[in-house]
Amino acid sequence: MRPILMKGHERPLTFLKYNRDGDLLFSCAKDHTPTVWFADNGERLGTYRGHNGAVWCCDVSRDSMRLITGSADQSVKLWNVQTGEQLYSFNFGSPARAVDLAVGDKLAVITTDPFMDSPSAIHVKQISRDPSDQTGESVLTIKGPQGRINRAVWGPLNKTIISAGEDAVVRIWDSETGKLLKESDKESGHKKTITALSKSTDGSHFLTGSLDKSAKLWDARTLTLIKTYVTERPVNAVAMSPLLDHVVLGGGQDASNVTTTDHRAGKFEAKFFDKILQEEIGGVKGHFGPINALAFNPDGKSFSSGGEDGYVRLHHFDSDYFNIKI
Amino acid sequence: MATAQQTKLRWGELEEDDGEDLDFLLPPRQVIGPDENGIKKVIEYRFNDDGNKVKITTTTRTRKLANARLSKRAVERRSWPKFGDAVHEDVGSRLTMVSTEEILLERPRAPGSKPEEPKAGGDSLAQLSKGGAVLMVCRTCGKKGDHWTSRCPYKDLAPQAEGFVDKPSAVSEATNAASGASKGAYVPPGMRAGAERTGSDMRRRNDENSVRVTNLSEDTREPDLQELFRPFGAVSRVYVAIDQKTGMSRGFGFVNFVNREDAQRAINKLNGYGYDNLILRVEWATPRAN
Repeated sequence: MRPILMKGHERPLTFLKYNRDGDLLFSCAKDHTPTVWFADNGERLGTYRGHNGAVWCCDVSRDSMRLITGSADQSVKLWNVQTGEQLYSFNFGSPARAVDLAVGDKLAVITTDPFMDSPSAIHVKQISRDPSDQTGESVLTIKGPQGRINRAVWGPLNKTIISAGEDAVVRIWDSETGKLLKESDKESGHKKTITALSKSTDGSHFLTGSLDKSAKLWDARTLTLIKTYVTERPVNAVAMSPLLDHVVLGGGQDASNVTTTDHRAGKFEAKFFDKILQEEIGGVKGHFGPINALAFNPDGKSFSSGGEDGYVRLHHFDSDYFNIKI
Repeated sequence: MATAQQTKLRWGELEEDDGEDLDFLLPPRQVIGPDENGIKKVIEYRFNDDGNKVKITTTTRTRKLANARLSKRAVERRSWPKFGDAVHEDVGSRLTMVSTEEILLERPRAPGSKPEEPKAGGDSLAQLSKGGAVLMVCRTCGKKGDHWTSRCPYKDLAPQAEGFVDKPSAVSEATNAASGASKGAYVPPGMRAGAERTGSDMRRRNDENSVRVTNLSEDTREPDLQELFRPFGAVSRVYVAIDQKTGMSRGFGFVNFVNREDAQRAINKLNGYGYDNLILRVEWATPRAN
């Protein structure tokens, strides 16, 4: 395959997200402008100007009309996907790290970093259909976990919130009461910071990636550990193929060491694993820095990766990818 | 135009005459369709070589595959105007480029082979591993249980062994080397137990069982070679030299086999084989002089 290289960002990529139809790709980076691209040819459709800090995460509504972005400028913004116009800004006292829209797009979960004396927190906000009715009040605020909460997503039927972060523990919270329901086992769980979390298409299970050089597959209801994928690099990004039983892990050595070693030593490939057999299928090279973001097109026929090198690489699979045998 | 006249004319004039004739003597080109089935008919008239007027009807069918699976909303979004910084984007900004490099999904081992097989590499080593004493001993660096000789990252640092032939004595050598390494010998920090093995594949070029293929046609790409060599056995790496400037093949490539016997068979069979109008030259790749 010949990947399409998109050089729209001047700083490292942080997050990638496809819309539901798989025709748009949203990219967030440490420069201040999230960007939307056409997912087939990589053409830039537009940018969302208004943030004043690194943008860590984004999510797009099911109808592809609203975009929500969380940024280190201590705000979470709602955007009109089509025009790039800012609709609303939620302001916090600390940098926002993760955002995720609930099924139905009426609620959003937002995590904020520990900052000054305020600890990290998970906020649930109501999203109004009409942006003029939008308010900034939190429906629910959860505090408790130590350190950054790198990812928070909605569990099945919006009943739970799944969070993971610097303390290497995956937690499931009740989204109504904010009560802690389940916590991953210290023994079987991750040993270091969890950097990535990605849900399966049906939401029944999810994959976490960690700096302990492994990725783990969990059941979203019971939080039982299903599979572990071991690799030789810290994992910064994970994605699951919606089409085949494949998972992709991306990562690489710490960005601060990149210049000191040969680029081949950095292990900047995206590694494909068989989801069930936990065996490595192959690697896709190309980035000149660690991979920070991975996303699969909802049709499963292409995937994109975003790296510390500022490039988004959009890969459309060759036909032989679909009949790989282990 | 009479044929007798044609013979007298020089070719330059002939061309001109032909052009003039075509302009006003022939009926215009007709395009019918495309109809709802995507069938399009093009009717053209022209003179054939004998100067006779012929009617050419071309029927083509266009099928729209890409649009079929796109949702209506997605098609609408396709025509959205650009916004933000994308508005002022000049054509030459080249934000989006197609990679000049062909990126393959690199298999950790040859497709179609069993997990254990390629690791067992040389036959003598396979025997050794069955013996159960030491599972993996690298003959180059003497490290136990980490990698096979063929995958040794320190290959280039070690004194070059004579050729790459698996000698029967390899077993004893290997055990010697291993025991030698375990006592006294200097172990670089990166190789010590528990060290972060970041640099492990810096020099990861497997020269073993490498076959050089020369006189390739310019159209040959890696998948073609893979297809050509795959029947002989598990292939671990295929490489075609590409000219960086032109993007064209430079007419040679390398194929690495997991097993040496397979490589030998491929050489026997494919050396002198006619491939894509050229005669291939297939031989053992000479190890790079260090």
